[in-house]
Amino acid sequence: MTTTTRRTLLAGATIGAAGLAMPNIAPAQETPGVTANEIRIGSTNALSGPASSYSVISRCLEAMFQRLNEQGGVGGRRIRFIVYDDGYQPPRTLEQTRRLVEQDRVAFLFNQLGTPTNSAIHRYVNQRRIPHLFLATGADKWANPKEYPWTIGWQPSYRVEAQIYAKYILEQKPDARIALLYQNDDFGKDYLHGVQDVLGQRFSSMVRTATNEVTDPTIDSQIVQLQATGADVLICGVVPRFAAQAIRRVFDMGWRPMFFMTNVSISVGAVMQPAGPERGVGLITSDYRKDQSDPAWADDPGMNEWREFMRRYLPDADLTDNNYTYAYGVGTTMIHVLRQCGNDFSRQNVMRQATSIAPMDIPVLLPGIKVQSQPDNYNVIRQMQLQRWDGRSWVRFGNVIEGANV
Amino acid sequence: MEALAHQIIAGIATGGIYASLALALVMIYQATHHVNFAQGEMATLSTFIALSFIQAGMPYWVAFFATIAVSFLIGVAVERLLMRPVQNAPVLTHVGVFIGLLLIIGNLTGWVFGYTTKMFPTPFESDQPLFGGLVSAHQLGSTAVTLAVLLLVYLFFRHTKLGLAMRAAAYNPRSARLVGIRVGWMLALGWGLAAAIGAVAGMMIAPVVFLDPTMMLGILLYAFAGALLGGIDNPMGAVLGGFAVGVLENLAGAYVVGTELKLTVALIIIIGVLVIRPSGLFGRVVLSRV
Repeated sequence: MTTTTRRTLLAGATIGAAGLAMPNIAPAQETPGVTANEIRIGSTNALSGPASSYSVISRCLEAMFQRLNEQGGVGGRRIRFIVYDDGYQPPRTLEQTRRLVEQDRVAFLFNQLGTPTNSAIHRYVNQRRIPHLFLATGADKWANPKEYPWTIGWQPSYRVEAQIYAKYILEQKPDARIALLYQNDDFGKDYLHGVQDVLGQRFSSMVRTATNEVTDPTIDSQIVQLQATGADVLICGVVPRFAAQAIRRVFDMGWRPMFFMTNVSISVGAVMQPAGPERGVGLITSDYRKDQSDPAWADDPGMNEWREFMRRYLPDADLTDNNYTYAYGVGTTMIHVLRQCGNDFSRQNVMRQATSIAPMDIPVLLPGIKVQSQPDNYNVIRQMQLQRWDGRSWVRFGNVIEGANV
Repeated sequence: MEALAHQIIAGIATGGIYASLALALVMIYQATHHVNFAQGEMATLSTFIALSFIQAGMPYWVAFFATIAVSFLIGVAVERLLMRPVQNAPVLTHVGVFIGLLLIIGNLTGWVFGYTTKMFPTPFESDQPLFGGLVSAHQLGSTAVTLAVLLLVYLFFRHTKLGLAMRAAAYNPRSARLVGIRVGWMLALGWGLAAAIGAVAGMMIAPVVFLDPTMMLGILLYAFAGALLGGIDNPMGAVLGGFAVGVLENLAGAYVVGTELKLTVALIIIIGVLVIRPSGLFGRVVLSRV
C-alpha cells in the first residue's frame, strides 16, 4: 500500500515538475525541430564584440548548409540554420539558447562558440536532453559522457594537446626536467592535467610549475623562477600576449630549453612578429588542420575542394583566415552525422549518431588525423602533428601523435 | 642567490611600469582629489594614437610629443564635457562616471583598433641584453623617462604659480575661488596633464607588455597600490611605491605565497596601507581646520 502511494505521488510530482519547467516541450511522439521538409538547427556566435572575428565560422557553416540544400538536403529535408549573437557574453548565450530551444524549437544545437559561453548552458541543455554538438572551443570539459552525455566537442582539447607534448618529451628526453607555465583558469589547467595524464607518478619529480593571471602585467618573474629550477624543457599554456613575452624573455635570458607553446598562441602576426621571429626559432607547437598558406597543399585534393567551395559560396572571404578551414571541417562532420541519421532525426538518434562516428578523413585535416567518436570517448579529434618555427614559418615534423587514453 | 637577484632586478623593471602610471594617478588626485579608474584605458587609447602616428610615417619622437599634445586635449575635453556637469554631484556619481568612462574608452579602443596583440616600437634599441637578459635597454630608457616626468611634476607643483593654484583648487575650491583662481579651468588642466602623463606611461609600457586594448587593466591595480603605498599626494612617494610593489610582488610570488596569489599581494598592500597608514609612507598627514 505504502509503496503504491509513494510511487503514485512521485509520478504525479514528476509530471507536475516537468509541466512547470518545460511548458513548450513537444510530446514524445513528435521530433522537435523536424517537419516533413525541414530540420531546424540552432547556434550562437560572437557576431559582435571583442571575439567577433570568429563570426566567419557561422558564415561559412551557413554557406555549407546552403550548398547542402541546393543538393537536395538530407533525407528529403532542407536545413534551416539559425544563428543568434551572444557577443561572447555567457548570460546572453543562455538567453539566446533558450530562445532557440523554447521559441524556435530547434532540433538540436551545433557549434556554439566559446568556453565560458558554452559553460553557461552546459547544465541547461543536458537537463533538457538537447544534443549540444561539436562546440567551437578546445576545453577538455566537453568530453565528459558520464556527467554530460548530451554535449560533445570537436577540435583536439588543450588537454589532449598537452598529452601529446608530454608523450613526445618522454620519447626524446626520458629524464627531462620540465617547467610548466600555465594560466590560472580552465584553459591553462587543461595543460596541467594533460601532462599529469601522461607522467602519472613521475609528475611530482619531473615537473615544476608556475601560474599567471590574465591580469598580470608581465610574466618575467615566473620565467625567472622556472629557469632557476634548472629545467631543460618548457611548456607554456598562456594567451598570445604572454606567449610573445615568454618567447622574448626566454631568449634574452639565454635560456635554451626544448620549448612548447600552446597552439592557441602561435599566430605569426600576433605572437611571432611581436616577439621577434628570430627569437622563436626552434619553438614547438602542434596542429591538426592543413595550413592553407603551406605550399605542400597547393594542389591537395582536399584543400582544392575547400577552395572551390570558398570561390563559389564565399567569394569575398579572406582566404588566409584559418577559421574557414576550421568551419569547413566541423561542417563536414555535422553533415556526415545528419546523413548517418537515416530518416530518424529524433534527439536520441542525433546524439547516438554524433557519438558513434567511425574513423573518417576530413578534407581540411592533416593526413592520418581522423574524426571519430565512441559512446564512451567524446574526443572527436584526438591526434595532432608537431610543428617547429624556423624563423619564417611553421614546419611540420614527425608522425601524427595520439593523445593518452584516460 | 642568483635567482633572488634575478627576481629583484625583474621586479624593479616591472616596478618601473607601475611607477609611470602611478604618477598619472598622483597627478589627477592632486588636481581633483579623485582617483580616475579610467586612467589606464585613456593611456591605452593614447598609445594606440601614437602607434597610428608612427605607422603614418612620423619619426618616433615627433609622434611621442604629438601624442602627448593630443592626449592633453582629450583629457581637457573629458573634464569639460563629462565631469563639469556633475561637478557638484556626490562622490558616487563621479565613481559612476569613471567606471562608465573605463567601459566606453576600453570598448571604443577595441572597436577602432582591433583586439589583436600589437608590437609597439621603442626609441631605446640595443642588440645586447643587459643584466643577463633580465632588463632591456628599453626598460632602462623608460625608467629614465619616468624619473624625468617625476622631476617635471615635482618642479611644477612646488615651484610654479600654476602648480600652486592647482593644488589650492583641489584642496579648497571655495577659498581658491575667493583669491581669484579659476577653479574650473584648474580641474580641466589637471585632467589634461594626467592624460598626458598617462600617454607617456602607455608609450613606455607598451614595448614591454605588448599593446592591446586590455593592456592597462591589471597594471592600473598595481599602480594604484604603488601610489597608495608611497602616498597618493606625493609624486616621489608614488614612484618609489611603484618600484617597491614590483619587487615585493615578485619576491612574495616566488618565495612566500606562490604565483597564484601574486595579485592578492597588491590588494593586501592597498588594504594594509589604508588601515595602518592612510597617507602612505611618504604622504603628509593633512589636518584641515573647519
